[in-house]
Amino acid sequence: MAFKSQTDRLPIVPANARKQNVTCNFCIVGCGYHAYSWPVNKQGGTASSANAFGVDLSEQQPAETDAWYAPSMYNIVKQNGKDVHLAIKPDHACVVNSGLGSVRGARMAELNYSEARSTQQQRLTDPMVWRYGQMQPTSWDDALDLVAQVTAQVIAEQGEDGLFVSAFDHGGAGGGYENTWGTGKLYFGAMKIKNIRIHNRPAYNSEVHATRDMGVGELNNCYEDAELADTIVAIGTNPLETQTNYFLNHWVPNLRGSTVSKKNEQLPGEPHESAKIIIIDPRRTVTVNACEVEAGKENVLHLALNSGTDLALFNALFTYIADQGWIDRDFIDNSTVREGKARPALYPARGESEANPGHLTSFEDALEGNRTSIQDAADITGLNPEDIVKAAEWIAKPKEDGKRRRTMLGYEKGIIWGNDNYRTNGALVNIALATGNIGRPGGGVVRLGGHQEGYVRPSDAHVGRPAAYIDKLLIAGEGGVHHIWACDHYKTTLNADKFKSVYKKRTDMVKDAMNSVPAGDREALIGAIMGAIRQGGLFAVDVDIVPTKIGQACHVWLPAATAGEMNLTSMNGERRMRLTERYMDPPGQAMPDCLVAARIANHMERVLRDMGKGDYADQFKGFDWQTEEDAFMDGYHGNAGGGEFVTYDALREMGTNGFQEPATALQDGKIVGTKRLYTEGVFSTDDGKARFIDAPWRGLEAPGKKEEKEKFTFLINNGRANQVWQNAYLDQESDFVMDRWPYPFIEMNPGDMAEVGVKEGDLVEVYNDNGATQAMVYPTPTARKGETFMLFAFPTGVQGNVVSDGVNELIIPNYKQTWGNIRKISDKPKSVRHLSFKSKEYTG
Amino acid sequence: MKRCTKLVDVGRRQFLRGSAFAAAGAAAAATMPTEAKATPAAARVDYPSNRLGNVSDLALNEPLDVAYPDDEAPGVLVKLGSPVEGGVGPDGDIVGFTTVCPHKGFPLSYNADDRTFNCPGHYSRFDPEQGGQQIWGQSTMNLPQYVLRVDDKGDIYAEGVDELLYGRLSNVL
Repeated sequence: MAFKSQTDRLPIVPANARKQNVTCNFCIVGCGYHAYSWPVNKQGGTASSANAFGVDLSEQQPAETDAWYAPSMYNIVKQNGKDVHLAIKPDHACVVNSGLGSVRGARMAELNYSEARSTQQQRLTDPMVWRYGQMQPTSWDDALDLVAQVTAQVIAEQGEDGLFVSAFDHGGAGGGYENTWGTGKLYFGAMKIKNIRIHNRPAYNSEVHATRDMGVGELNNCYEDAELADTIVAIGTNPLETQTNYFLNHWVPNLRGSTVSKKNEQLPGEPHESAKIIIIDPRRTVTVNACEVEAGKENVLHLALNSGTDLALFNALFTYIADQGWIDRDFIDNSTVREGKARPALYPARGESEANPGHLTSFEDALEGNRTSIQDAADITGLNPEDIVKAAEWIAKPKEDGKRRRTMLGYEKGIIWGNDNYRTNGALVNIALATGNIGRPGGGVVRLGGHQEGYVRPSDAHVGRPAAYIDKLLIAGEGGVHHIWACDHYKTTLNADKFKSVYKKRTDMVKDAMNSVPAGDREALIGAIMGAIRQGGLFAVDVDIVPTKIGQACHVWLPAATAGEMNLTSMNGERRMRLTERYMDPPGQAMPDCLVAARIANHMERVLRDMGKGDYADQFKGFDWQTEEDAFMDGYHGNAGGGEFVTYDALREMGTNGFQEPATALQDGKIVGTKRLYTEGVFSTDDGKARFIDAPWRGLEAPGKKEEKEKFTFLINNGRANQVWQNAYLDQESDFVMDRWPYPFIEMNPGDMAEVGVKEGDLVEVYNDNGATQAMVYPTPTARKGETFMLFAFPTGVQGNVVSDGVNELIIPNYKQTWGNIRKISDKPKSVRHLSFKSKEYTG
Repeated sequence: MKRCTKLVDVGRRQFLRGSAFAAAGAAAAATMPTEAKATPAAARVDYPSNRLGNVSDLALNEPLDVAYPDDEAPGVLVKLGSPVEGGVGPDGDIVGFTTVCPHKGFPLSYNADDRTFNCPGHYSRFDPEQGGQQIWGQSTMNLPQYVLRVDDKGDIYAEGVDELLYGRLSNVL
């Protein structure tokens, strides 16, 4: 049987419940919620005066009511040491989600730590150290002293390059401006750490260098633009599952035609109708189906291209649009560079420099360099030539009265983690620049996003470009100490089989050394650890909210607090910044990451001074923060563009709608924001002019991918599923989620299943020369033959095991273009026998 | 401030009055301290046992509209044709579900071709052959299913629901 909670009623939120602002912990969309809390021995009543909703709860409430909450939105948590009821409900007045809750965010309450209701008992409550052959609890001072002593000794012997760091750079839970600043000030301020990587990629780099180099910041429009667009182009994204309420609350109304009146009001003087949508994705997703349901098939163009061929398609579209004259000449003349630049000598094989793998130039030069015929693109992409022409018309053919079409181009991991990241990203931005679709209502060329954002750090210029390939260096035996912040590379990196095998060996060397001396003899312990490090061992420190897979290899765990257990600020995919207020206590001794970073800095300062390195110790001053607000004021308020207008008090006033960054003023206590970027046609380059990119197609770019494709039978495409947030670090303890997905699914064409000899629910091994992993077969008739899709980063089957170490010039991983073979492991295990394997597509 | 002071005053008076009563009680040495009586309440709601139909009313794979536990809570009975967990009747294949989507309360429709419930609001789908498991969707729970009983005459009774129904904080209002 499917999991059922047997809930037959919930406590009623009393009229006097405490109400606080919450932005969802999870995806980029950042839906608004409210946390209601009240004493555990009190409850509201059904009378309208006795509950927080002000309605008669003895009656059935209608669809979309604000006066109901699901069992997943309820918990009992500690507030100032006392148990309180907690209900976290979507906010109907938030412009992002208008009361919608996704299957991820609407579970925030039950994903909180509760002793009373035994949820998330996996949470780390105390600092833990390797002692007597296992992880054991200790005090903060003991753990931090150990971390500081080993780190300081490694730096003394190897320099700062001996300290390797893996750190989140995002917003939402496990990130936020407070915490990126805390870690940033430690590693880029007090130190100048070069060997650092980000949670989802093996280097410290942008996922979208090209658009930035062209002068176009990647979050340049607002969610309302999806309501105003004539055409939406969705590239390498599945927004119904991964930007759910952005899609449901802003795209669907436009597809249905219910925003036509808004278009007429805001954009008079041109014809308006419901939107058309182009979806560029090798896979038919639930997004494609939902668009067909809402807009009608005639208004949906699904371009199911060959995996990794987006660049050829974009160049053909750019060429065709330019040749037809469907360009915005004034925009090109006024806002982009008009002087071309000679092609680099070895172009297209090599770019302008190691750091710049492209050729940034004028519209005309880019057009000449990228010129691709519709037929050539059809041959490369496998698409019908007519469909490519149709896409060009939908993007740029002027409307009936000659007015230019308003086209929004949204992209995500399909091309970010795809073939030839830099040039593909740039070639897409070419289309937006040529058609004048940046900084204008109904336009934008934007990342749709994964996590929320929340980045403010001292300069990272010392890291260099291309940045160090951290995983390779670790595999090669480099570094002596590794600090890990809310990352689990065992689940989320590429070439994961190899990484894990070497990482385990290196950290085991240190564990064995620690086992050889009494834990209480600090001098002997440090000596043993350093001895092992000199032999190639690695000392690993994991700062996280839960025990992770990579944590199994670590020697110190430091317990962190998450959003809601601390005040935390982030911005969403339209740069909307909000404050999630602290509504509960962190578990045990857990602290916000920014304060963990500060305490590491304090201990480093002391240890370095003891070592007689007074000057170096002085660099670790300035970490006397006592609260996350101290870190916020030091970081965002003092350093972010417009940060001087932003305080916790002002953000509290701005509620769940917040403001859109950057802030430009504070007026009557309200922060004034920026709805769209580049509305004046001035871009983020020294001269304010945007660049086009000359980016010709060059096949599968990352080393080894072409050979892998030729050698193995199946494309192992991969990505996210609706129910699962990130690597399931919280969901792995959700009965609801693990009941549905005990193993990662792999969608397979029934014909392929017959050839491999597997049935629905069978466990299969996916393998290639990089490694092996497992998945559960999900029959999918819409999957093309030879093309599978596997859930990414799942704890019971890590897709990254079979992803090669091939990256682009700027060390961007290429997860999507992976090929492997598939063989049966076993019939359905018990946990799979009750599962539904019916189509995920809504049928009406 | 004025109001706060007043509240403090009221509290002090009540405290003094309580002390006076306590003193009196101690003097009498017989009465119990005054206490409010808690209203006894059951740990679970009491579900009605409602006849929803007879097995003879059901045609294979054709949902029969019902309501449970009251008229405000629409649902269906379905005879699926092969035995399933939670199924009742002579063939163990009769199941009952709410037809209000547990995500946002939109009415579900039944697709007889693949035996699924589908929500027009946000595209969620549920499988009645697997206990109402959400195949895909936005609900944070699987579809509430009725606890059914069939008597000797073939009358089908609903006597409970296994998840909270949308739009009510108590399954029985």
